[in-house]
Amino acid sequence: MRETFVRTLTALAKEDKSIRLLTADLGFGVLKPFWEAVPDQFLNVGIAEQNLTSVAAGMALSGKKAVTYSIGNFPTLRCLEQIRNDCAYHDANVKIVCVGGGFTYGALGMSHHATEDLAVMRSLPGVTVLSPGDAAETEAAVKAMMALSGTCYLRLGRGGEMKIHNKIEHFQIGKAIPLRRGEGAVIFFTGAIYEEVAHACGLLAEKGIHPAVYSFPTVKPLDEELVKQCAKEYPLIVTCEEHSIFGGFGSAVAEVMAENPGKARLLRIGVPDCYCPVAGSQNYLREKCRLNGAAMAEKVLELL
Amino acid sequence: MTSLQLAWRIRRHGVEMTHRTGASHIGTVLSVADIIAVLYVDVLRCRPEMPRWEERDRFVLSKGHAAIALYGALAETGFFPAEELCGFYQDGSSLIGHVSHHVPGVEFSTGSLGHGLPAAVGMALAAKQDGKKWRTYAVLGDGECNEGSVWEGAQTAAFFGLDNLTVIVDHNRLQSLDFCENTMLTGTLAEKWRAFGWHVTQVDGHDHDALRTALAERISGKPTAIIAHTVKGKGVPFMENDVLWHYRFPHEGWEYDGAVQALHKIRPEGAEDPYTPDGIQNPALPGPDIRRDHTLSATFHPTWRVGL
Repeated sequence: MRETFVRTLTALAKEDKSIRLLTADLGFGVLKPFWEAVPDQFLNVGIAEQNLTSVAAGMALSGKKAVTYSIGNFPTLRCLEQIRNDCAYHDANVKIVCVGGGFTYGALGMSHHATEDLAVMRSLPGVTVLSPGDAAETEAAVKAMMALSGTCYLRLGRGGEMKIHNKIEHFQIGKAIPLRRGEGAVIFFTGAIYEEVAHACGLLAEKGIHPAVYSFPTVKPLDEELVKQCAKEYPLIVTCEEHSIFGGFGSAVAEVMAENPGKARLLRIGVPDCYCPVAGSQNYLREKCRLNGAAMAEKVLELL
Repeated sequence: MTSLQLAWRIRRHGVEMTHRTGASHIGTVLSVADIIAVLYVDVLRCRPEMPRWEERDRFVLSKGHAAIALYGALAETGFFPAEELCGFYQDGSSLIGHVSHHVPGVEFSTGSLGHGLPAAVGMALAAKQDGKKWRTYAVLGDGECNEGSVWEGAQTAAFFGLDNLTVIVDHNRLQSLDFCENTMLTGTLAEKWRAFGWHVTQVDGHDHDALRTALAERISGKPTAIIAHTVKGKGVPFMENDVLWHYRFPHEGWEYDGAVQALHKIRPEGAEDPYTPDGIQNPALPGPDIRRDHTLSATFHPTWRVGL
């Protein structure tokens, strides 16, 4: 995902000289292809995320397409007010890129767990929030994001995510992508957690349950029409994200369902209201927080 | 209009606008008035009839609570009609209490301290990379320099050799609760900016010629910081150097009358007063209670009722 992002942005930057990639001293090895290809379009502003974000806003207001890059919570929570006041309020053409959504950097500890970013970023007026699920969605999302003016947030995994698509036709910001037809339930997920969803679907299939599945590479604007339609069509909507169950993708779906009641009840799968104080791989922490495939299938079965 | 006339008009607008609306920050408006007047009359290349002219110099007022000073300068130099200043702080007005880019001529919204310099650094960087001639100026408060993000921006500007960027620090020595040196200022601001790799000059921030000279200085490969030594409340003696007037506004009675009369004593030739053209006849004077009311910071207590 990370490599796809860099490769896609590098290709775009070769064509569009107004693109600037700014990092707060992160991206060792990863950003190298970019700075080698277009050195004049790359800036390291030091370990200073507030500065990173305001400098990007200043550049964007002077005609550049500025992309800020860092990991975990550093490009978002650390400089939230700069995103709010300097980028979003000015409708500045700043794209904020986080590598390491959720428990990507599991063993590095809670400082590196980005589990509230979607909630926070989605509350900012006018900010588009993208959370692609695999490399193909990432490539499409980066292209769509760079073609959009205004402030965007792009949340990425690190790499090695399970492949969802060979190719995406007609990617559109704000539109979910159907992956499986099904009945009895529908699973909506966002970000790099398809592996767990697919595993859950396998376990559910053994019990004769075949939920429909949609990927939501865009969290804001949410594909409200699809949510409304599914709320009428299915008895159960399951949301799945590697993010707090408060305020994120599941909450966004809940908001639409609450105002447009259909027949569906809602199950939100995500990180419960706690921090993880132990070391652990991404898989270990998913299991611990019961957002792995097995736990997901269990929770769905309880409700069916 | 000369810079002296503009500075006076900014001060007069400041007293009127805070008096009418109960807005805070008259002290900072009075301290920064000369800096902003010199910038708008003699330094900034801008076109009031075309606020977004691409080749304009960029100006960021990072101490956004001095918004009245900027709004006053923009109105007086033709960006919008001066009568609109009366809408300041009122329901539905775009003249909000802190600097707003929805006002014609304003480059960048501020109000949370420590944002303006890094944004100005981004603008100067973009200009430098594009080989543009326009310059970027930012005015910061001395209290604002408590913010860590100021120094993040400062090191970035020096590192990239942004000699197309000038910062003016309105060094009035007072911040919200007390004098800077009683709050968080160790050493001197000049030493700090110099240590961060900037070319530093120090001037009397109320001396227009000195400001013009300092603003014309360029050192190749280095950004310039002008430490402008100012007096908070400058021009109204009972407000000068008194932390009270960071928040208090000139109330009806001797405070407003006294402020207007004080400004009339220093009115430069040709500076008309749009509100009280001849000053105030029979101004109210401080009563015998002045030592017991809260118009002096020594006797100030926030729970006291206004008007006691």
